[in-house]
Amino acid sequence: MEEKKTKLLEVKDLRVSFFTPAGEVKAVGGISYDLNDGEVMGIVGESGSGKSVEAYSIIGLLQSPGKVVGGSILFEGENVLEFSEQRMRNFRGNEVSMIFQNPMTCLNPVYTIGNQLIEALRCHNAEVTHKEAYDRAREMLELVGIHDSARRMKQYPHELSGGMRQRVMIAMGLICSPKLLIADEPTTALDVTIQAQILELMKDIRQKTGMAIIFITHNLGVVADICDKISVMYAGKIVEQGSVDEIFYNPSHPYTKGLLRSMPRVDAEQYERLIPIEGTPVDMLNPPEGCPFGPRCEHCMKVCLKHNPPNISISDGHTAACWLLSMPKKEGE
Amino acid sequence: MEERKALIEVQGLRKFFPVKKGGFKKTYVQAVDNVSLTIQKGETLGLVGESGCGKTTLGRTILRLYEPTAGKIIYDGTDITKGKMLPYRRKMQIIFQDPSASLDPRMTVGEIVGEAIDIHHLASNKNERRELIEDLLDKVGLNTEHSNRYPHEFSGGQQQRIGIARALAVRPEFIVCDEPISALDVSIQSQIVNMLEDMQTEQGLTYLFIAHDLSVVRHISNRIGVMYLGNLVELASSYELNKHPLHPYSKTLLSAVPVPDPRVSRERKRIVLEGDVPSPINPPAGCRFHTRCPYATPRCSESTPELREVESGHFVACHLV
Amino acid sequence: MKKKLLSMQPDIEPILKMNEPYTPVPEDFEKAAESEKESFITKAKSVSYWADAWRRLRKNKVAMVALVVIIMLFLFAFIGPLFTNYSYSIQMRGEENWPPFWEKPSDSVLRKAEQDGITFNKWLHPLGTDNLGRDNLTRLMYGTRISLSIGIVATLIVVIIGSIVGSIAGYAGGAVDVVIMRITEIIYSVPDILIVLLLSTALKATLTEYINSSTGWWPQFLNTLGGNLVGIFITFGLIYWVSMSRIIRGQVLMLKQQEYVTAARALGASSGRIIKRHLLPNCIGQLVVTACLQIPSAIFLESFLSFLGMGVSAPLTSLGSMASDGLSGLYTYPYRLVVPAVILSVLILSFNLFGDGLRDALDPRLKK
Repeated sequence: MEEKKTKLLEVKDLRVSFFTPAGEVKAVGGISYDLNDGEVMGIVGESGSGKSVEAYSIIGLLQSPGKVVGGSILFEGENVLEFSEQRMRNFRGNEVSMIFQNPMTCLNPVYTIGNQLIEALRCHNAEVTHKEAYDRAREMLELVGIHDSARRMKQYPHELSGGMRQRVMIAMGLICSPKLLIADEPTTALDVTIQAQILELMKDIRQKTGMAIIFITHNLGVVADICDKISVMYAGKIVEQGSVDEIFYNPSHPYTKGLLRSMPRVDAEQYERLIPIEGTPVDMLNPPEGCPFGPRCEHCMKVCLKHNPPNISISDGHTAACWLLSMPKKEGE
Repeated sequence: MEERKALIEVQGLRKFFPVKKGGFKKTYVQAVDNVSLTIQKGETLGLVGESGCGKTTLGRTILRLYEPTAGKIIYDGTDITKGKMLPYRRKMQIIFQDPSASLDPRMTVGEIVGEAIDIHHLASNKNERRELIEDLLDKVGLNTEHSNRYPHEFSGGQQQRIGIARALAVRPEFIVCDEPISALDVSIQSQIVNMLEDMQTEQGLTYLFIAHDLSVVRHISNRIGVMYLGNLVELASSYELNKHPLHPYSKTLLSAVPVPDPRVSRERKRIVLEGDVPSPINPPAGCRFHTRCPYATPRCSESTPELREVESGHFVACHLV
Repeated sequence: MKKKLLSMQPDIEPILKMNEPYTPVPEDFEKAAESEKESFITKAKSVSYWADAWRRLRKNKVAMVALVVIIMLFLFAFIGPLFTNYSYSIQMRGEENWPPFWEKPSDSVLRKAEQDGITFNKWLHPLGTDNLGRDNLTRLMYGTRISLSIGIVATLIVVIIGSIVGSIAGYAGGAVDVVIMRITEIIYSVPDILIVLLLSTALKATLTEYINSSTGWWPQFLNTLGGNLVGIFITFGLIYWVSMSRIIRGQVLMLKQQEYVTAARALGASSGRIIKRHLLPNCIGQLVVTACLQIPSAIFLESFLSFLGMGVSAPLTSLGSMASDGLSGLYTYPYRLVVPAVILSVLILSFNLFGDGLRDALDPRLKK
């Protein structure tokens, strides 16, 4: 893309733990990444890999037993973790907003769509008049592809279909024109044809507004479609990150490789048996002391079980945390 | 493919659910409307469609977990639409979507798997029962020590294995797999798919594989049926449907599946449908897809297209083909 | 971590080690054996539903205090009578109207004792005696025992009727459900107290007649309990199963939609089996909580009836009838009313608080 890139978000060694009665769960165990203005980053991982927790800690919505225990989150140079309550409220919505997996539970059923959109705008900008807010809300609905916006403004959430509701959620996320949108599995609860609609919409919006998006999902297909770069998470750690093409065509971490290999190929001419990743996901209460993927990895070495692998750079912007990559080259290969 | 015997024949199956609305008029959700299909012995028939298209209802009505409103279900030559189901419960089983909801949280794994053995008196004594259970757990890749544990102590993939062990306990011939992998993690999905395939080759099972994820259905099925709003709109071999979908809805569905390949997904053009699926309470007249179909003609809203064989083994319900 | 407990210097060594990347030696790159890998797959500890609930309950201080109070009252009511020298009905001449230990005996009490050749000792009857010379402490123990038994037995009846009717209504649905629910609504709409009074009066006559007319162990047993007490059990069971059955019905309606019930049906399980093996065990949390909250209301109702004179028949006593007796001499002997009333209140309060705690502990929504 263009040369002029400004760093929007910089996450450094972020650690988040949940203090449950059964013990400390290191949901996020030291992750770092940068996000530039206008970039779309995908965070891919299985359930429990910490991908949502990490996003929640960016906008300060971490739920009670969870706590940020280390690291920093710099948004345009300011540490988000040190924000006051007041500053955080302002930050949320105005600079960063979030859309969630289940649009029904995120819309208040007793208010109309219009009411909620206007409220979302006015609670951040007190000086906006009702009329202005109304016009802005309609403009937003048009932007997300809801064309009869005047009528929709008067409707209640239950009158809309799932896809419509997700559009409204996106409109609500965009109404204060944030610089960063965090989308937490926004299409997982939707049908494929509706998912396609929402993905097209998000691509479209990104082009129109130029904002950065963090797209959290477990679906590699969705990521391939919409993202510039990808972070693959496993058990609270980023095991590999890089540009979309690097991740898909030059995967370096056995987990990424395994994921890509385990999916049925689209262009398969005849039946091919799937190659799964064996084993079960890590028990986050008792993670292995070495590489979290070690016990499931087919290349697992002695060192993997005892020491955490370092991040190794493969090419510009492409890193992977795996001991295999620092293996001394010998025996021909 | 050689001519195989039909294991299940469904003829004009209808399932309507009554809904209460104000006043005295009774309305119905037309979940499955006039579906006919056959499932051959030993094959996997995939069934795809969006939520609310009736694919789950169809699967459960075939098992008579819902009583059909109209139509016939024929199992291996016998009409099972009416009458006692108990003998057929041993032959037809089901695997569910949500592994944690489909296992009773108050029962141990051994009790869950053993329930079928008790109902059908498959074991003559306790020892035999225990051996059977251990054998089943072993078959689905679980540790036999696990039989005293509760379902919530297992991960999603393992829970699904328990569900499969329960279904296999009666040594069935036919299994309805109702979205068995969509609630699982990506890295686990292929384990379960492979296991289902292994079970099929080992025991000669017949599957009705229901899913909304076309890529997996495409992989596992011999033939695929596409459903839209209670109707079967297309039925063809997996390869045919993949390469030459004929119904406009099948085409959309295929193009909407996200492809885990950035180059492909950058290049290809999606057919994005306008609007949402209409309500199954008042489905559109004529072809049910005509409200969203990009090629709809006036005829489509007037008469309902019949499912007809366009090519050998390729059925489609569309006026335009 | 806690290597040098007394050192003020921060223990920096491990922190440094953490940041410093480990430099592997060539042996490290040998392939790990399968067994080595497996040893790193840790197994989660098996926690049963009840152990988990107990863990949560233990954290709830209020509920635990309530539990201790309930246990103490149980000991008081069931073990306590073993340590007194009196029975609840024995009347001691010359020991009438003795005051509790914290009050000075009046001249008339001392004179009466002297007349009958008894030396006054305030520890002989720590809570004094009533106007017939019965030991108040002993009567209090028996009264508590009666109140507790009524609470528990009546609740058991309610649980049994309620869960059977509720689960049938919920599972069968349709016409069966409609009929049962209309019946419960009718019972609901009639004033409780009116029915209770009418029923217990009506039952009293029939029960007494039955007990007096027939022989055998069963009427004998009923006789020791007293016709009134049995009447209360029956009355209570007949009235209060309604709310229990509604709760169970609601639960069953929700549970029968669950996929594991569908799975059981697909396996060919009969309705009875599904109710017994799947639906009721999954209602048990709700059942226990509701039952626990039903106990105090049963105790309360019994006390209320006894207070009105419709409850247990003399000389048997209950907390309610003791309070009723105490009312007559309220100005002279206030403790006769206060002590049973306080025990009654503490009992009801503890059951309510414990029930609340139990609900929180068993609520799966709070489950971690």
